[in-house]
Parts: sequence; structure tokens; C-alpha cells
Amino acid sequence: MQWILPPSASSYAGDIDFLYYLILVITGVAFVVVEVGLLWFAIRYRARPGRRATYTHGNMRAEVVWTAIPAVTVVVLGIMSGGVWNNIKGRDSVPADALPYRVTARQFEWHVTHPGPDGVLDTPDDFTLRNQLHVPVGRPVVVHLGSEDVIHSFFVPAFRIKQDAVPGMHIRVWFEATDVGAYELACAELCGLGHYRMGAMVTVHETREFEEWTVGQAALRSDAAQGVTP
Amino acid sequence: MRRTWMAMGLVLTIACGGGEGAGGESAGGGETPDAGAQASVAPLGPGTISGVVMFERTPPANPAIDMSEEPSCAARYSGQATDPVVMVSGGRLANVFVRVTGGLPAGPYPAPARKPTIDQAGCLYHPRVVGVVAGQSLEIVNSDSLLHNIKAVPTANRGFNVSQPRAGMMREHTFTEPEVMVPVECSVHGWMKAYVGVVAHPYFATSAEDGTFTIGGLPPGTYQLEAWHESLGTKTGEVTIGADGAGTVAFTYGTM
Amino acid sequence: MTSVAAAADHAHHGETHELSFVRKYVFSTDHKVIGIQFLLMSLVFLFVGGLLAMLIRWQLGFPNEPIPGGAALPETMAPGGILLPEFYNSLVTMHGTFMIFFAIMPLLVGVFGNYLIPLKIGAPDMAFPRLNMWSFWVAVPAGILMLSGFFVEGGHAAAGWTSYAPLSAVSEYTGVSAGQKIWLLSIAILGLSSILGATNYITTVVQLRAPGMTWFRLPLSIWALFITAILVLLAIPILSGAAIMLFFDQTLGTHFFDPAGGGQPLLWQHLFWYFGHPEVYILILPAMGMVSDIIANGSRKPVFGYHSMVFAIIAIAFLGWIVWGHHMFQSGMNPRLGTGFMISTLLIAVPSAIKTFNWMGTMWLGSLRFHVPMLHAISFVAMFVIGGLSGMFMASTPVDIYIHDTYFIVAHIHYVLFGGSLFAIFGAVTYWYPKMFGRLMNPFWGKVHWLLTFVFFNCTFFPMHTLGVYGHMRRIYDPTQYEFLQPLMGINRFITISAFLLFASQIIFVVNFVMGWFRGARAGENPWEDNGLEWTVPSPPPHGNFATVPTVHHGPYEYSAPGVVEDYLPQNRPLPDGAGRDAR
Repeated sequence: MQWILPPSASSYAGDIDFLYYLILVITGVAFVVVEVGLLWFAIRYRARPGRRATYTHGNMRAEVVWTAIPAVTVVVLGIMSGGVWNNIKGRDSVPADALPYRVTARQFEWHVTHPGPDGVLDTPDDFTLRNQLHVPVGRPVVVHLGSEDVIHSFFVPAFRIKQDAVPGMHIRVWFEATDVGAYELACAELCGLGHYRMGAMVTVHETREFEEWTVGQAALRSDAAQGVTP
Repeated sequence: MRRTWMAMGLVLTIACGGGEGAGGESAGGGETPDAGAQASVAPLGPGTISGVVMFERTPPANPAIDMSEEPSCAARYSGQATDPVVMVSGGRLANVFVRVTGGLPAGPYPAPARKPTIDQAGCLYHPRVVGVVAGQSLEIVNSDSLLHNIKAVPTANRGFNVSQPRAGMMREHTFTEPEVMVPVECSVHGWMKAYVGVVAHPYFATSAEDGTFTIGGLPPGTYQLEAWHESLGTKTGEVTIGADGAGTVAFTYGTM
Repeated sequence: MTSVAAAADHAHHGETHELSFVRKYVFSTDHKVIGIQFLLMSLVFLFVGGLLAMLIRWQLGFPNEPIPGGAALPETMAPGGILLPEFYNSLVTMHGTFMIFFAIMPLLVGVFGNYLIPLKIGAPDMAFPRLNMWSFWVAVPAGILMLSGFFVEGGHAAAGWTSYAPLSAVSEYTGVSAGQKIWLLSIAILGLSSILGATNYITTVVQLRAPGMTWFRLPLSIWALFITAILVLLAIPILSGAAIMLFFDQTLGTHFFDPAGGGQPLLWQHLFWYFGHPEVYILILPAMGMVSDIIANGSRKPVFGYHSMVFAIIAIAFLGWIVWGHHMFQSGMNPRLGTGFMISTLLIAVPSAIKTFNWMGTMWLGSLRFHVPMLHAISFVAMFVIGGLSGMFMASTPVDIYIHDTYFIVAHIHYVLFGGSLFAIFGAVTYWYPKMFGRLMNPFWGKVHWLLTFVFFNCTFFPMHTLGVYGHMRRIYDPTQYEFLQPLMGINRFITISAFLLFASQIIFVVNFVMGWFRGARAGENPWEDNGLEWTVPSPPPHGNFATVPTVHHGPYEYSAPGVVEDYLPQNRPLPDGAGRDAR
């Protein structure tokens, strides 16, 4: 069985993957203890003539031990997880210099408004692409996520990011891509008959190449140029 | 019948590649899929309304369609695909839906047996505008090898939202209540729009590429007409069919 | 009215007039008949849910290939025998709906709540026998209504068994109109059935325990059913309320959940999961209780840590009210709330761990009899543990960012609901079958069914953890549309074939169940040598259960007590002097 996570390409993926592997080890140990224990008891204590079961109602010390160990374990896990969670999803954790994008989900497309060469949203050099998100490598990006109709979910497996897009809500989700390349984005919340095909491509560019690409796109497609598709 | 439209659409698409991309409307004057809707019912009279829809001045640029993430559709266009919202050539406007709104004998009018077809090809609807008689069936066909869904959000009729994931799939639908116009769209490809005019009688037509339309099978008399365009709005007109069985009318958009 | 007088009354009642077939077997007020009615109804819906799963698995294993025999399906569902995406969405919706509401819940609560509670506490029937009859006969139209949704225009509900708004509230988003409304009405009606039942169970356990049956002498199955009934009473009305609000959004033009009219989609999620999380404990606690009874019997030993087990049940039920937000970590809810829910969710692992170790402690130093119910009960522990451990991953909010809405969740769900609840149900049905019908199911075929189910269950659901680790999303009609999922189609095919074999193996259980009525070995009063009060009366028990009101002398698990010749001692037989340290 494959328990190894696929490769990642974002700055906080390492933190998530670490927690995953830590939990894998802890649950793996528990799994072995319980399953081997059950099998061992099933064989060792099967009924044999002349042997009667040992009459006992329990053992308080055992109860304390096997309550305390799981309790301490989960508390530690919780503390470790809380910090990582706050860093990724905390509302005050979006890096101040993050490049802003607007992603509007709708049945069954992603409309991605890029901030254009000036790096600011809602200016005339913005341009909107369908099912494409282009970002520079090594720079935090914040997506202003919304939905026009039903709940969708913005999921980039390689970045370990997932955030529901809820109509009527404006949610910010940030990430920093660490490796140049192309990564798939998938909708991860059932949104209708086209849900299975609501993908997009995230392209991470070298900084220089990203700047050139942005200038070129703005000249072609920005709101200041030709109007784009609805 | 369907193959003929597909072939013509394909020829036109190739021929019209470059600037205006998507066309797909059939060549030749006066021919649209709902042309001769009147011919499939017994004529009330020998008269014909011949009309033309004009567009003055320069038409607005049609929006570009970003098909880059749909490669099998994008491949059909040898340049940027555009959305033919305002289709003007030689000062004539296509895709205007014209119907008789007054002067007809009282109904009811039977729904014809023939079924006009809307085809999804190159990620656009062909035709963009079509009329049916209330109770007449419409066929919707997918010629693309990818998922389209057909979502209709009418106000007087029952809506539907159904998928066609593969090429060759066909679905029939019947609108029962008169409604002008029922918008039809694809959710997977948000630019795809078509409009269905459901009329209580068969005296309607859609203007072709050369702006012309004909409505036949009417007795001499005076008739009120309404022309509808998806973005340019509606216009009314009146036409009289004389004893010689001919009446002409023109609508003009783009003024002011 | 004391229970003594009530029992005497009942005995008289049976003598004075003979009931008609309809009053005895159709509109019966006897808890045992009602329990069996729920059993037959639920098994039918278990089959329906399984059939829907087979269609889902066909599409995932062999995408876009015609289903054998699929030509029978209408064009609106599967033209040319290939499922349409919207029909696939209603399949996943209805699979979950039928399994959770019409199979597992009634199997655990409707069947065993009804059948076991009066018998195991020494009562002649439920506190409100007529209300009990209504509880079943309200569930039946709910089930028929839910089935009818497949036949309406626009198809059945297709927004998931979780029915998130606005997808479920606005019909143009799915093309489903009547189906979604039918779903809500059926759920509301079924809710009424559950509430009627819960009222009865709680009252009966509080009021009708036989003399000597103190709270801490109740079998764990009864504790679990009692606590579950409290959860039902408190949680189901919330679902009903939410369902009514959603129904109004669909039909009356309200906008509770539709932002276009000022409503909040997240409100639906909070309401639904505030019910939904207690619901999943409703779906597991009775199974845990019955497994405790069976393991004690199979080990010939008292349950290890009986009091801890009771407190663990209460702790799970209590904590179950404050974890609902863990279904909503990525929903857009304030992340600080997420942290709070993470803490409560991690804590709820502790009582489940306590129970697991206590089951193991029960087997430790036992004299294990591997009868069919014991095999299922041990499998419950082994499989539930996997489900519980996989829950640890999703409890950690950052890890959940990645695995939410993937097949990792689907694996978790099925390890607890199938590996857990359903194995417990197979064991419990086999265990109490002789009491219900006076005959035993065939043990050899019971073991064959158990083994095949165990193997194919794991082959079907364990690989889903891998799919989730690779990011395979849920409710996806055609995974090949994503490049990163294409390499996983081999696993999907393996899962599909295992699922077909798993489904086919259930034929053995069905045949065994039916044949048992006609060819099963006749069962005496106590074929398993169990201590419960139900095993002190004939199989099946007469109307009124006990000829004379039993008196309870000790706890329910006095197996292998020193000073007792047999290795069991029913609760109505006194312990010999000096025996049993804390037998109470």
C-alpha cells in the first residue's frame, strides 16, 4: 500500500507532510499493537479442554495507562498542528507582500484575474484567463476566492492547499510556489454534473519569464485591451 | 439532415477562419434551421413576408473567447475564436428572431412534426437562435468529443440541465409554453449561449447571414411583427401582404 | 403502575383473545415483531444501497464503458448503458442516503433497540407499544417516498447525502427539482419515526427495568442503545428543522441558505453537521454495545473495565456534540473555530481507544469460542480501529487541508460504517437470530460469509487510503479527466472488482438468513450460553416475554465465575455466596 505523499511544490507543504508522516508513525504503531494483539490473543487464548477463562472485571491501572497515553499523544498532536494551521489559514497570516489574484469559481470554470504588470488588482492592466493561473516562483501569492453560484473548492494537490469557494463569501487563501512547473488544480467540492471536469492549470514561472509573460498577456487581454469572455 | 448542417458548418468554419472565427451559419440567403417552419403546417394563405435586418454604422467588436484550456475546440479555429454576439456582414444583421405578434387568425396552431436541431460544435451552438412552435420538439446534439451540458432557464416553461459527455449524443426537448426567448447555455463553457423562441404559432423566422428572412403561408392582410436580438434589443414593425401575396419589411439596428 | 402488575396484565391479555394475522404480524404493537419488521425493511434497503454502490464502482473501474445489462436503464440515466454524470451524482447521493438513513440506522436502532431493550431489562414490552408500532409504520412510507425519487423528472437528489446549499436549494444548478424535494420530505418523515422510537427507548429503560436491574447491571448493549436514543432525540429535530428551511428555500422563495437573497450557505453546513456528527455516533454506539456483549460471551469472561466502558460511551456521546466543525475545516469558517474543533475531535479519540483496549482486555486470558458472532465482533474491533486511526489524520487541521474531500475520507467512512457497524450487525443478527426465530443460522456458511466479507471488504476499502494520499477527490464521475489521477485507474479497477466480489458474497448471508427459517437447527432457550435475560425465556419468546417478572441478582457478564459450575450465570440466577469480587 502506498502511503508516501506525492511530490510537493509550496513553502508550507513540508510542514503539512511532516505532520502527516508523524501521524502515520503514531497510528502505525497503534495499528500494529492492536492488530497483532488481537491476533495473538485469538490464538493464545482459544478454548482448550480443561482450561477455564480467568475471571476478572478489569484493572484500574491499565485503564489509567491506556487513557493517559492516547490523551497525551493527542494533546501534543493538537499543539503541533495548531501552529501550522494558523500559519496557513490564519486570517492574519497572509503575507503582506503577497501578489493578489482574484479567482471566481462558477459551474464549471475558474475565472482567474491576474493583477497585471502593476501587481495590483482592480486596475486597468488586469486580465482574466479561464482555467489558468500563472504565478512567479518564490513569491507569496494571495488568491481572493469567490463563487458565482454554488460551493466549489480550490485544490492544488502539489501545493497542499484546499479552500472552499463559497458564494456570498470572500475568502483569502495564500501560498508560495517553490518550484517552476505546471501543476493541476481541481475542484474538490461537489458542484454539479461538471464537477469531475472542473480543472485548471497552475503554471509557476521563473521571475523574469513571469514578468515578460505578464506584460505580453496584459497587452493582449487586459480589460484595457479587448473585453474577455463572460 | 443533421449531417448536412454539420458539413456546412465545418466548411464555413474553415472558410471563415481568421478574424471572425466561429460562424457556422449556413450559406445562402434565407436558410436557417427554422426556415420554412410554416411549410410543415397547412398554409393559411399564399402570401409571404420577405424581410431584411440592417445594421448601420460599424458594428461593435465581438468578444474574444479564451479556448486555450479546451484544446480540441480551440484547434478548430485558426486564430482567436470570437463570440458572434453581433453578426454583421455587408451592413446586414444575422440571428435576429422575427415573429408575427398580431393580425393572425386565432389558434390553436398544431406543433409541426419536424425537429430543428441545435448542434454543439467547436464549443459553440449552431444555430445560435432558433424558433419552435409550443409543443414542437427540439433536438440537441453534441458534435464535440467532450462534455457539454445544456442548461435552460426559462420563466414560463420548465427548465432543465442535462449533460452530453460524448460526441454523437442526442437529446430531445419540448417546450410547451410560448416564451420569447428561452436562454440556453453550457456551464462547462461559459461563453456558449443559444436562444430558443417558443411561439404559439409557426409564423416566425431567424435572419440569416445576409440579414434576410421569410415568413410564408399567410393570407393577405396586415400583420404586426417583433424583431428580437440578444444584445441590441427588440424592434416592432408592421407589414401588409397585398393581393399579389407579397409583403416586405425592414428592421434597422445600430442607429443613434 | 408497577411492572409486576403490568406483566400480569399482559399475561391475561394473551389468554383472553386471539389477535388476527394483521394485528399480530402487520400492525403489531409487540416490540419483537416490530424489531423483525425493521430488520426485513432494513435488509431490503441495505441491498438497494449496495446495488447503487455497484453502479458507482462500475463507472470508476471501467469509465465510460457500457454496464452489462445497462440497456435496461432509461436514457435520462444511462444512454447506451453508460452513466451520465448527473446520474452518477445522484447515485453517490442515494447510496449514502439509503445506507445511512434506511439501512444502518434502522438496523442498529430500530431492530436491536426494539428487540433487545424490553427483553434484556426484564420488561414485558416497551413503555408505549402503540407509539412503537407507529415508529415502524412511519418509516415505511418514508422509504417508499425516497425510492420514488428515481422516477421523477429531473431525476433523484444529486447534491450528496450532505445536501449542501446552494447546490441543493436552487434547482437550476443541478437540473433536479422534484427529486431534491422528495429527499427532504422523506428525511423529515423518517426523522419522525426515529424520534418516536427514541422516546420509547428512553422511557422504557428508565421506567421498566425489572427489580434488581440497577443502572450498573445493565448490559452494555442496553447502555449503548439508551445513550444513542438520547442522541437521536436531540439531534434528529435539528435535521428536521434544517430540512424544512431548505424545503422552504426550494418552494416558498425563502433564502435561508442562498446568498442571492441574503442567506448563508455555511448555515446549512452548521445545522446539518450539528445533527450529522451525533448521527455518526448513533451509527456506531449500538454496534459497540452489542460487540461488548458478544465478545464477553465468546471469551467466557466479564467485560474488562465495565464501568470504564459505560463512561466511555457517555464521553463519546457528550464529546460528539462539540466536534461537528471538523467537517467544515476548509469551509471558509473562521480558522480559529477550526482550531477549537480540532481539539475536541482529537480528544474524542481517547474514549474510543479506551474501549478498544477494554475489548482486547476482555479476550485476554479468556477461553475463546469462535462462533460466527464472535468472528464478526473481533473483526469489528480490528476494522473499527483502522477507521478510528485514519480519523487522526483528518483531525489535524493542516493535514485535513490535503485529505478533505478525497478518498481518504471515503476509506475512513467505510472502515467505521462497514468494518465497524455492518460487521457488528452481521454478528448481532446471527447472535439474536435464534431468539427471534427459534432456529440457528448455519454456522459453516456463516463462517464462509464472514471470511469472504472480511477479505473482500479490506481489498475494496484499504486501497482507498492510497487514492486519498494521491489527492483523488470524492464524487468524481471520471477521474481520467485529471492527469494526476490517471495513474490511479488501476487501483480503481482493483477496488471495483473487489467490490463486486464483496457484494456477491452477501448472497451467502441472505440465503443463510432465509434458509434458517426453514432448515435451521432448532434453538433452545440459550444456544450461546449467555447471561442475558432474553436467554431465560423460550426462543422465540411469547407475547409479554416473561411468565413471571424476573429478579436480577448481579451484572450481565458473570462468566467463569468461581464457585459456579457452568462458565456462565444468567442475571436472574443468584451468585453463590462469596463468588464474584465486584459482580455487584
